[in-house]
Amino acid sequence: MEKVFKITKGLTGVPMHYCPGCTHGIVHRLVAEVLEEMDVIESAIGVSSVGCTYNNYDYFACDMLQAAHGRAPAVATGVKRVHPGSLVFTYQGDGDLAAIGTAEIVHAAARGERITTIFVNNAIYGMTSGQMAPTTLIGQVTTTTPFGRDAAIHGYPIRMSEMLSTLDGAAFIQRVSMHDVRNVREAKKAIAKAFRLQSEGAGFTMVEILSTCPTNWGIDPVGSLEWIKEMMIPQYPLGVYKDVTAGGDK
Amino acid sequence: MSNRVLMKGNEAIAEAAVKAGCRHYFGYPITPQTEIAHYLAKRMKDVDGVFLQAESEVAAINMVYGAAGAGARVLTSSSSPGISLKQEGFSYIAGAEIPSVVVNVMRCGPGLGGILPAQGDYFQCVKGGGHGDYKNLVLAASGVQELFSLTMEAFDLADKYRILVVILADGTIGQMMEPVIIPEDTDMKIFDKPWAASGKKGGNVHHTIKSIYIDPVVLEGLNNRLQSKYREIEANEVRVETSALEDAEIVITAFGTCARIAKNVIKEAAREGIKVGLIRPITLWPFPVEIISETARKDSVKAFLDIELNAGQMVEDVRLAVNGKKEVLFHGRTGGMIPSQEEILDIVRRIAGGGF
Repeated sequence: MEKVFKITKGLTGVPMHYCPGCTHGIVHRLVAEVLEEMDVIESAIGVSSVGCTYNNYDYFACDMLQAAHGRAPAVATGVKRVHPGSLVFTYQGDGDLAAIGTAEIVHAAARGERITTIFVNNAIYGMTSGQMAPTTLIGQVTTTTPFGRDAAIHGYPIRMSEMLSTLDGAAFIQRVSMHDVRNVREAKKAIAKAFRLQSEGAGFTMVEILSTCPTNWGIDPVGSLEWIKEMMIPQYPLGVYKDVTAGGDK
Repeated sequence: MSNRVLMKGNEAIAEAAVKAGCRHYFGYPITPQTEIAHYLAKRMKDVDGVFLQAESEVAAINMVYGAAGAGARVLTSSSSPGISLKQEGFSYIAGAEIPSVVVNVMRCGPGLGGILPAQGDYFQCVKGGGHGDYKNLVLAASGVQELFSLTMEAFDLADKYRILVVILADGTIGQMMEPVIIPEDTDMKIFDKPWAASGKKGGNVHHTIKSIYIDPVVLEGLNNRLQSKYREIEANEVRVETSALEDAEIVITAFGTCARIAKNVIKEAAREGIKVGLIRPITLWPFPVEIISETARKDSVKAFLDIELNAGQMVEDVRLAVNGKKEVLFHGRTGGMIPSQEEILDIVRRIAGGGF
């Protein structure tokens, strides 16, 4: 019988610890499949950050460094400057990237650092148990906004893809989503393109991925996919925000 | 072959790093150490290296974490307020055992303080500063030539022990100009770094650089291993300069600029018939406990006088080493003030006369 699907060699096979219905596992698979398809598992270097994915160094088969909260783009900068021929990526959540690590991501993008950031946006802090994130929606209930996020008190959600796309150093930025199969396939294409543009030296690349957090949202796994579609996408529209190859090779 | 040139301390650090095979520098501007950046911004181009001006000291130390974790010899430099910002990185680097070299050309604090020389970061660099149980190997030079050779050596020590080495210089040492003999050829050791996350692994070996261990048994194991490494460093790497200890009645302890002033005091005191000796720690950690403790047991020694550009920091280590056997007196200046030779000589005269 023909084998139509197999587990990618880009993953180590260590069982993942993510909650039921969390889409981090899918994102990991996509990244790992692209690494395998590009034949760079042996040379790529990834940077884990702080949050639910702090230990994805155990899951990705390539060499990995674990960074302090928010500092992954700085760590990746150091790695890339030493190994310019290696594919270097960071894997960061919204608290890590859009709150404590805002300076690092902005300047890595501004420098046109030849790295790729996989930015998983689930509008909440997962690991520390459901606090407000910079990307938490207005009205969204979290453990630190028990009456809902109120713009007058907590300010507004940050749209990182839009913000970073204004920087000249950014070569490719796309926002994708995990809420259905079509969008998962689209996400893989975006990751593949970001990695390819990095290896061509185009500049900073980022794929923002709208992802679920059923545990901290308090919504079941199927309802969580629906919540991305109904609640998150209106605030975070999907699409390509920056593409230096647009008009040419796309 | 060698080359004798007049250099600022900061430039000597920069050139020594290049001679030591360092090809990656990440830093953020702050007085009084910016000459290091100015020098390397040009020099790294000659040697095909990387000079990167980071967005902050926090970013710079994390770039060090990445670059050194990926196997390279890496330098960052800053001054006191910037070193405070780097403390997060210090702790992670210690936990992940990444060989790194950090220069701190100290200015006066607390807070933004001022830009004049001080030694107020002794506690921060020698005792910790970041969270958790860890040590930095701390080297203190008292002249530009020594700064050059210690900087070169710092890279070997960092690689040998997979530890963060701090070059701790007060602003005077960084800013002063002295002749330096630059070796033409160096015999720097090449350290194999099979642990590095270099993306060049073979087979199924998967390298991870990290400081997180959720399992308490494993994390205690890491801590125990770090502690035994620290004991090994204490046993093997103490460096100290002593002078006139044979018949000294008063022993001055001082590092950096204060040790230079002390040397003049010793000569002047000898003319007046007062026998003063000097113990100058070159490694602030590991601290030269043994020589101080031996000296404290000598009958000829009446008292110790510790001189620092702070309100009394290294003096605590001197007191621990002396362990109550002799009196330990302290004289310090802060805020960028430097004690004069006459000021210290006056204290020495009073100690000799029993009136301090």
